[in-house]
Amino acid sequence: MLKGRHLIDPMDFSVDEIDSILNLADRIVENPEKYIHVCDGKLMATLFYEPSTRTRFSFEAAMLRLGGKVMGFSEPNSSSVAKGESVADTIRTISCYADIAVMRHPKEGAPKIASLYSDIPVINAGDGGHQHPTQTLTDLLTIRSVKKTLSNLTIGLCGDLKFGRTVHSLIKSMSRYENNKFVLISPKELKVPDYIRKEVLEKKNIEFIEVERIEEVIDTLDILYVTRVQRERFFNEEDYIRLKDSYILDMKKMKMAKDDMIVMHPLPRVNEIDYEVDSDPRAYYFKQARYGMFVRMALIMKLLGVDEIC
Amino acid sequence: MLTINSIKKGIVIDHIKAGCGIKIFNYLGLDKADFRVALIMNVESQKLGRKDIIKIENVIDIDYTVLGLIDPNITIDIIEDEKIKEKINLKLPEKVVDVIKCKNPRCITSIEKYVPNVFYLVDEQKGEYRCEYCDEVHTLEEAKV
Repeated sequence: MLKGRHLIDPMDFSVDEIDSILNLADRIVENPEKYIHVCDGKLMATLFYEPSTRTRFSFEAAMLRLGGKVMGFSEPNSSSVAKGESVADTIRTISCYADIAVMRHPKEGAPKIASLYSDIPVINAGDGGHQHPTQTLTDLLTIRSVKKTLSNLTIGLCGDLKFGRTVHSLIKSMSRYENNKFVLISPKELKVPDYIRKEVLEKKNIEFIEVERIEEVIDTLDILYVTRVQRERFFNEEDYIRLKDSYILDMKKMKMAKDDMIVMHPLPRVNEIDYEVDSDPRAYYFKQARYGMFVRMALIMKLLGVDEIC
Repeated sequence: MLTINSIKKGIVIDHIKAGCGIKIFNYLGLDKADFRVALIMNVESQKLGRKDIIKIENVIDIDYTVLGLIDPNITIDIIEDEKIKEKINLKLPEKVVDVIKCKNPRCITSIEKYVPNVFYLVDEQKGEYRCEYCDEVHTLEEAKV
């Protein structure tokens, strides 16, 4: 039962609960018309303490497509936050008006605090470099929709694996399904943090390898999840120049990949996927953004408890 | 040779890391005690090289959780009739609230001061705790207030 719950960390929900959200999202994808009034009379507050285009629009589109309404702020200077109001007081006030709240905050743990003081469900829409659970739901729905399974997959994660919150969440979530293997592709400076390697991969005895170049492994992958490598993350210019091209996906590298490999990216992209790849049928990053809206529709319905009437 | 008499009834806090005795002395408010108390510093120890000891000639309530955080190697002897009645080995607590503080500058607790600092034990050997809010793992040394 997800009614009234918060989503702060992707691991807050069991595998069965996540499956139930993905199943509902599948039904919405098949027949969105059926759901256009399920949130009539419901109000969602979007509390965005830092700029976001994709995530905020995705949530707003999701609620509007369910028949609900949306209010909120997209930068803190236009709210009481500018006067120094605490997260706890803001959410307690918003709880009086809205039925559900979505929060993005630059500080890690802010949505968690909000959930402790809230009478309505709080969804974490990204807290600093920490968690972004609805991106993870988006990724899971995309993978399951294309591959028809979340098990027995070889998942390549490429780019900044150290600071990339979407990567950490995806590894944690996909490690809960059977027989998945991870191929971690990054410069040595940007490898996954120790807690992911030790607490998740090694602890659960999950097969993984760490390499520095896409070319070495791309032919083995079912999924290639690309993230951006930022120049400022490198300790020296020499390493950046040596490795930067290895982290740009182009058609030359795509030719080495399997015919049914899919390319995913949490977006926004800068230059890590060449525009020529966009027309390849294996490029799924824009479809992934569309799945993001559907999975958020399903999540909102579940947390509001309106899925039972469908 | 410095000699401190044994106590009849009370508590001996032993195996304190040399230099930490004064912290515990202050934490327990022993400077205001109206009973006999001895803080002995830099005593030779086979286990630690040097150690501090506190002897308290009274039975007082002690929060062993906090002592464990200050130094988990500390031992507590409860004394009655000049004999050790009970020996307590300290363990690191599974959860601590408002004893240590998150040092991650990106953590919400760095700006919202009303929030209790909550930590969960992740590695007893290394003395590592995870912040409830940002998940950053700190050793006790790093996170001490």
